[in-house]
Amino acid sequence: MATYLIKRFFAMIVTLWLIITLTFFLMHALPGSPFNDERNTSEAVQKNLIAHFNLDQPVSVQYIEYLKSIVQFDFGPSIKKSSQTVNDLLGRGFPVSFELGMVTLVVAIISGILLGIVAALKHNGVIDYLAMTIAVLGISVPNFVLATMLIQQVAVNWELLPVATWKSWKHMVLPTLALATGPMAIIARLTRSSMLEVLTQDYILTAKAKGLTPFKIVFKHALKNALLPVVTVLGALAAGILTGTFVIEKIFAIPGMGKYFVDSINNRDYPVIMGTTIFYSALLIFLLFLVDVAYGILDPRIKLHKKEGR
Amino acid sequence: MEAPKQQDTSFTQPNILDEWFVPKKPNKDEAEAVVRPSVSYWKDAWYRLLKNKLAMIGLVSLILLVLMAAFGPIIAPDSAETTVLQNQNQPPSSEHWFGTDELGRDVFIRTWEGARISLFVGVMAALIDFIIGVAYGGIAGYKGGRTDHYMMRFVEILYGLPYLLVVILISVVLKPGLFSIIIALSITGWVGMARMVRGQVLQIKNYEFVLASQTFGTKTSRIIRKNLLPNTMGPIIVQMTLTVPSAIFAEAFLSFLGIGIQPPFASWGSMANDALPVILSGDWWRLFFPAFFISLTMFSFNVLGDGLQDALDPKLRR
Amino acid sequence: MEKILQVKNLHVSFRTYGGEVKAVRGVTFDLHKGETIAIVGESGCGKSVTAKSIMGLIPNPPGKITDGKILFKGKDLAKLPDRELRKIRGADISMIFQDPMTALNPTLTIGEQIMEGIIQHHKIARSNARKKALEILELVGIPSPKSRLKQYPHQFSGGMRQRIVIALALICEPEVMIADEPTTALDVTIQAQILDLFRDIQKKTGVSIILITHDLGVVAQVADRVAVMYGGKIIETGTKREIFYEPQHPYTKGLLNSVPRIDIEDAELVPIAGTPPDLFAPPAGCPFVARCGYAMEVCDRIYPTQTLKGNEHQVYCWLQDARAKTSFATKR
Repeated sequence: MATYLIKRFFAMIVTLWLIITLTFFLMHALPGSPFNDERNTSEAVQKNLIAHFNLDQPVSVQYIEYLKSIVQFDFGPSIKKSSQTVNDLLGRGFPVSFELGMVTLVVAIISGILLGIVAALKHNGVIDYLAMTIAVLGISVPNFVLATMLIQQVAVNWELLPVATWKSWKHMVLPTLALATGPMAIIARLTRSSMLEVLTQDYILTAKAKGLTPFKIVFKHALKNALLPVVTVLGALAAGILTGTFVIEKIFAIPGMGKYFVDSINNRDYPVIMGTTIFYSALLIFLLFLVDVAYGILDPRIKLHKKEGR
Repeated sequence: MEAPKQQDTSFTQPNILDEWFVPKKPNKDEAEAVVRPSVSYWKDAWYRLLKNKLAMIGLVSLILLVLMAAFGPIIAPDSAETTVLQNQNQPPSSEHWFGTDELGRDVFIRTWEGARISLFVGVMAALIDFIIGVAYGGIAGYKGGRTDHYMMRFVEILYGLPYLLVVILISVVLKPGLFSIIIALSITGWVGMARMVRGQVLQIKNYEFVLASQTFGTKTSRIIRKNLLPNTMGPIIVQMTLTVPSAIFAEAFLSFLGIGIQPPFASWGSMANDALPVILSGDWWRLFFPAFFISLTMFSFNVLGDGLQDALDPKLRR
Repeated sequence: MEKILQVKNLHVSFRTYGGEVKAVRGVTFDLHKGETIAIVGESGCGKSVTAKSIMGLIPNPPGKITDGKILFKGKDLAKLPDRELRKIRGADISMIFQDPMTALNPTLTIGEQIMEGIIQHHKIARSNARKKALEILELVGIPSPKSRLKQYPHQFSGGMRQRIVIALALICEPEVMIADEPTTALDVTIQAQILDLFRDIQKKTGVSIILITHDLGVVAQVADRVAVMYGGKIIETGTKREIFYEPQHPYTKGLLNSVPRIDIEDAELVPIAGTPPDLFAPPAGCPFVARCGYAMEVCDRIYPTQTLKGNEHQVYCWLQDARAKTSFATKR
């Protein structure tokens, strides 16, 4: 287990380094990036940029200094507004995005697992078909489409909930719903198929032969095993939700990091693009690592497989 | 042989005739007869796919979508993509089946032009994934050992990168357009395919029938052609079918963010983006048609992929 | 001897896409107290389905007991609702499955898996259940059981796991234990140890055992009586002695001839040619007719009647009929 974790940790660092390097050199190659262009920026911003990115030094020095500042969690100044840094934006926007993302993740996991279990237990029944229809639709309808349709119907036509911004729980319902449906559908399908698979295993037959109640068989014997594959996709789902916040925050005018990120893309505010990309990548890569650790704890067999690294 | 306590009830059954107690005519075929006719793997899979209603709905709608993408703009009553300012924001009518946008362009025509782009992006992304992924995964799996180890370490690192963030990053850097999107999608997209193919190859390589071929001295190229390929084709096809909708989603996502397809070209994603400001004023058709067709396309590919997965799974053969 | 379990004219069918598979077609046998009966046959003959029917473990759908009775303590298990059956499963009748590598839940400790049966049925406290579990692990020969309780299945070898599977079948002190191919997945040396364990347990607890196997070697070691199944029917049944030394049915003879013998020099191994019948459309007559070297016209048409060769020894074959003997005698 320890060897396995160290190995995974090392891979995580390499992946992080790769994305930082990729970001740095891509931005360097770019005409009109802060490294190559002096036109669209005010003098004050110009100064900030030169100071932070060491633009008067050779590229190799710039790169090393850049790495250093990233390690210290300093993402540099914004091009558009001389008074604020990328860190300011992150500090303001990320808590909102984090709240939206976490609520979405929790809603998606709980509803997805429940839907999946019910579908598996009523295999080929009406509920199964209904649940899987919802799941297929959830996977097929992109979150931004769902979001705009929800606004049009629920907020504009029926006037049930507020259209935009982020103030009370009422404001949270539609964005969460739009963002959670896709991941929920994926979890539901995965839970269902792995539950069906687990229910055919010999140890379920053993549990039945012991005379256990169906409830115990499902929740004590089947569920833990069935959820193992679900755990493995949580990292990818979190990534999906996170990138989903970009469009959802744009549509609902939520003042989160995603909205700033999209604005920065449209304004070509490169330090913000770089900073956000690296920050979010680090977050996701760390989440993937956590998921692997969780998997190792949930599945007692993983310790045996440390040599193969899963 | 004696029969000490014969309790034979046959005498009470008049329908058993004495002349039946003669040796049966030897019938060699019967003992060795194959009970059911054997059907080839692909034929069998095809029959099972045909029985899957949802997958068939997906297949039929895909065929219709492709036909409409090819011929839709031609059959529209307003054939030219003219910018007629008097026709701004018209609701659907006999003249403009899906209405018009704020520049007076026909939404029906733009929808099918968007379909071409979406389908092209999806299919191209899947093809590139296929070529790189199969080659990379195939080599890693077949060579095994040290080669496999290093090749897979590299893949693992790429796999850890957040896909859409990388796509956004590349799209920001490259000049926006169709090919930039395809490149951005392919740069890390093939990793999943490579992992899958490598796993399959590794597994099949150790099957007895492959070992058997090797002991007969069969050439490597022949083993790959005759043993490895047919047995990995199923999962590869499924993976490709499921790559298409995710590529279509990614394109729509990028276009929706404004870093995908650029005007004057339209894709479903950019049309939905353009429709955002007007949905509050009730111009529903601007959003509805592109949104509906993105969803329908993704739905069709997803259910077809699911159906293929079930149909091609040798474990489910009956 | 007291009959503890009676299976009468049991029929089990499975609905599949290809049609109805009649897996068990009228199986009848009794299990006496403290004995071991072996049900022998090749794969697909219906022996496992018979065993699972007794436990009510036939997945429904697609499987269903279409006819017959399973009498246990005055109750017909074939008609009992699942709620009632659950009280019997594991408590009065328990079952051991073929593959110890997959029969244990990989994510639960073996202590948990052994104890949960007795907690369920006897409603005892965990501490008592633990005591009982330690006792039973001792009985099945797990060394230092105390430290083993907290371990997971993957930390045990195949033979050890099968002992654990047996332990969890025994914890409630059942009267009947059904063992479905309990040694098939094990090494030969481990097999012998497990079979010894069966005899030992039977001596200590008096449990009656139904042993499902295709391995006549296993039968020879532990069975008291044998039922030979073919094509969903019992075609011959008798004491171990009768079946091994006076086999009557050509299939039983064939089975015995296909087992290596070291007591006869130059004994030739004779495989039985052909494959078992298709149970989608079971033959009207004897199911073995297609592979039988002595097949007659009558075998094709009508299922043979029972012939009693001894107190326990019953066989279903037209060769036992007086008319058959004359016919074969004249032919040869």
